[in-house]
Amino acid sequence: MAGHVLAAKTTHDLSAFASRHIGTDADAQETMLGAIGYDSVDALVRAAVPASIHVDGFRSAADSVLPPAATEREAIAELRLLANRNTVNRSMIGLGYYDTITPAVIKRNVLENPSWYTAYTPYQPEISQGRLEALINFQTMIADLTGMTTANASMLDEGTAVVEGMLLARRSSKADSSVFIVDADTLPQTKALLKNRAEVVGIELVELPLAKNPVELPAAFGIFVQYPGASGRLWDPTAIIALAKSQGALTIVAADLLALTLVAAPGELGADVAVGTSQRFGVPMGLGGPHAGYMAVRAGLERQLPGRLVGVSQDAAGHPAYRLSLQVREQHIRRDKATSNICTAQVLLAVMASMYAVYHGPQGLTQIATTITRLTRVLARAATEAGHTVASGNYFDTLTLRTKTDAVSLVQRAHNAGYLFHLVDATHVQLSVDETTTLADTRIVAELLGEELADDTVPREIDAWIPSTMQRTTEFLTHPVFNTHRSETSMMRYLKHLADLDYALDRGMIPLGSCTMKLNAATEMEAVTWPEFGGLHPFAPAADIAGYLALIDQLQGWLADLTGYDSVSLQPNAGSQGELAGLLAIRGYHRGRGDDHRTVCLIPSSAHGTNAASAVLAGMRVVVVACDELGNVDLDDLRAKIAEHAENISALMITYPSTHGVYEHEVGTICKAVHDAGGQVYVDGANLNALLGFARFGDFGGDVSHLNLHKTFCIPHGGGGPGVGPVAAKAHLAPYLPGHPMAQHDFHAGAPVSAAPYGSPSILPISWAYVRMMGSDGLRDATAAAVLAANYVAVRLRDHYPILYSGDNGLIAHECVLDLRPLTAATGVTVDDVAKRLIDYGFHAPTMSFPVAGTLMVEPTESEDLAEIDRFIEAMIAIRLEADAVAQSLGDDNPLRNAPHTAQSVIEGEWTHPYTREQAVYPVRGIIRGKYWPAVRRIDQAYGDRNLVCSCPPPEAFE
Amino acid sequence: MPEQSTLQYTAEHEWVLIENDVATIGITAYAAEKLGDVVFVDLPNNGASVTTGTVIGEIESTKSVGELFAPVNGEVTEVNDAVVDSPELVNSDPFGAGWLVKIRFIELPELMTFAEYSVLVGE
Repeated sequence: MAGHVLAAKTTHDLSAFASRHIGTDADAQETMLGAIGYDSVDALVRAAVPASIHVDGFRSAADSVLPPAATEREAIAELRLLANRNTVNRSMIGLGYYDTITPAVIKRNVLENPSWYTAYTPYQPEISQGRLEALINFQTMIADLTGMTTANASMLDEGTAVVEGMLLARRSSKADSSVFIVDADTLPQTKALLKNRAEVVGIELVELPLAKNPVELPAAFGIFVQYPGASGRLWDPTAIIALAKSQGALTIVAADLLALTLVAAPGELGADVAVGTSQRFGVPMGLGGPHAGYMAVRAGLERQLPGRLVGVSQDAAGHPAYRLSLQVREQHIRRDKATSNICTAQVLLAVMASMYAVYHGPQGLTQIATTITRLTRVLARAATEAGHTVASGNYFDTLTLRTKTDAVSLVQRAHNAGYLFHLVDATHVQLSVDETTTLADTRIVAELLGEELADDTVPREIDAWIPSTMQRTTEFLTHPVFNTHRSETSMMRYLKHLADLDYALDRGMIPLGSCTMKLNAATEMEAVTWPEFGGLHPFAPAADIAGYLALIDQLQGWLADLTGYDSVSLQPNAGSQGELAGLLAIRGYHRGRGDDHRTVCLIPSSAHGTNAASAVLAGMRVVVVACDELGNVDLDDLRAKIAEHAENISALMITYPSTHGVYEHEVGTICKAVHDAGGQVYVDGANLNALLGFARFGDFGGDVSHLNLHKTFCIPHGGGGPGVGPVAAKAHLAPYLPGHPMAQHDFHAGAPVSAAPYGSPSILPISWAYVRMMGSDGLRDATAAAVLAANYVAVRLRDHYPILYSGDNGLIAHECVLDLRPLTAATGVTVDDVAKRLIDYGFHAPTMSFPVAGTLMVEPTESEDLAEIDRFIEAMIAIRLEADAVAQSLGDDNPLRNAPHTAQSVIEGEWTHPYTREQAVYPVRGIIRGKYWPAVRRIDQAYGDRNLVCSCPPPEAFE
Repeated sequence: MPEQSTLQYTAEHEWVLIENDVATIGITAYAAEKLGDVVFVDLPNNGASVTTGTVIGEIESTKSVGELFAPVNGEVTEVNDAVVDSPELVNSDPFGAGWLVKIRFIELPELMTFAEYSVLVGE
């Protein structure tokens, strides 16, 4: 192809995508190398990565299956061809996924806007007030609609939310039982997930037809009700919930948010926990994801909520301010005792869903729901007239029909006509109506069912199929934010206002160690909003998704090749789910060999807390292995722990390069010790960005890994999700990788960890495009540039802040840990002070107090250019000088302790501080023109946790 | 507030005040300082029987969580409701209003003296 002949081969040719992705050009790299003392980038990386693990020692570069790098234009053309192989039919499949209309103002200003999609999880709340407000809108929306007290800021999907609900019930119930009762009319994918997850942690599932309102229930710690049922049946579970409660069991209700505008809320029915999905609030189906699941609880269960929870606190000036609440519930603090292993949420999608409610308001949502249920009634009438039997008299949007004729051929005829029905069995089909369904659609569907739509008048009163006793009588979404932004102008400005409060990659560098905040290129993002990728139902027929299956197959192959594994499953929706899937694969492998007793999971003390939390959920017992003062696994302690647990070793989880940002020299020895003891090695791929192209997990001893596509492979962080955490394994573990009972293609045979067969397919084109446009050489150059940038930062800053860890030849990997403890001891200036002061300098702080309390971890990534890296270094040096001044003269009233400074704080009232206003807000001259002003001053964390408020405060609070 | 020198201590940074057969238990100022701003305290129920060395409660700060271990065997006779309502008492007055539970003990294990504890925390 001519394009390939002309396509650039080096990173310095601007027609090559790699030269756009990598921020430093040849001149810049030469300058940086000079500072570190190396002649070439390749020599630097070779000196840093232990020779024993270099990929060249395992295979030749020619063996790579990656195609040569495509240009941006070529990649889009190829994606277009893949998209064209998908067929977007009108889905009436339902089962928790519904077509929806994404308001264009939300698509353009949120989903396609880097101010929203390139932000990180709001751990620095002072520079995240915009998305925190959007998330508290989401929590308020969920709490209102479900009638519960407190909702979290999203779950990965409905299926995993039900699993988390089950685990919450077990933690909270006082009933002495390991039984969890599941309603028979539950979504099939939820049943599959429950089956996989319950057995591992010793929970016994009992399936019962709860809609028959049994007068007795077996002893149980919890029950689960789908509301309305998976079949569409609408029934009143009040009595069954009361019965469960009288036995000490908690009730989890999965509720359809749109239905809740018309029917009584789970909270009103007596439920303890409500879960579900917000997909149909304007988030495309995308073959299953991503979209935001939700969870809400009644008063008294707040502390049991998994995941992120946004709350209201106050800042140093006493003004209300949002921040993440009750973080100590989470896995990064509580490790194996956490409420859950989840950390990434679905922030971008939760923001979209909340904005859908902001835009439509309670009346708009009710109107959408009413139209849907009335059209469902029209279809029910037509189906009955055509001789089919509607299985349930009461319903919201879904009908199960006992068909007059063969159901299989009916579904086939519908498919031929462009409509997707859900085939239940040979005599039953299921049809769901959604926001996009029109009267014209119902006319065609009626004909398919065998009846001209004689009467197309839409019934007005819904009492005939939603009994008045079940109808909602309570108000919802009464807060002004849901009743203000009706015009597109107002909506556009609200979204712009919130985006302006936040610091995302479109403002500057986000040097968060272990988070890999690198470029999410516009070309990579382009296909995400194509209808051929967005408009597909996860259970659409295989013929409709040929392009997707080809893309998934290719990406799986590329990722396996890049990591040295044999098989990859893209299903896990986050790194935590990838970890769980990988550990479950190890568990399945051991049990397959009769080694049921192998349950000990060795985890170094330096590991991410998620590792320990995931191990517990995989039915393993965590044994911590010590690290030495250099941050490496203590080999003697490892051998001692292996000896102590000999026959019971299941796995070792090790992060490579380590969480300390170092290439551990002994990783090969460590893996061998575990293998010799019969254990499996789980290599956590969180830091793969420092290895890609230079070494492969599978070569140096890994049996299984998860990768974070939202780090190394450019899926944007979205302000805290979506994530994609594929699990990759050697052949002997491949049979246990997550598949799905409803998958269109049998890539894998293991049990599912996500609700949808391929997790979050609509964002896979991002990573596909990244690999396609970088090629092997580009990916390798990116790794080298990332390692170069981190070592450059370390060398430039080491005289001002000690670098805590380094590896071979004094080099680090892709991130460096700055030790602030000596500074704190000498001056009283803390990690928090430095992090907040960086805001005044126009920067996002590095990672605070991980992996070691009192430190900052800096990861510049390959995408930042030298000018931005230098600005950051100069800011850090200037802050060091300010800290020294604190010790000498300033005392407690100083620009660090008082950071960040808002505009209001330097304008209003008398200036009484011993430093100037200019020093407060313009510490360097370069930011005068484009200053980023934080919306709030430093936020009081303790106040918010002691006074928990997790829904929108009244507008007066901000006056 | 009892004199710190008259209290006994555990390696888990708890202090114990012995009055007849009742032990009053709290966490030391050193532990409170290390935890940071305490935001939530979870204590055992009145009347609960506890075993030495087991976890009977939790003390949460904004950044970490500490476990409360029973330093003695026995029965919980009183819990400090004031500290449940105002967890910040653990920071502001760890040896006084920030006490946590009282346990009527069956036997008293050997605990650390003030001097021994001071060595432990390096003071």
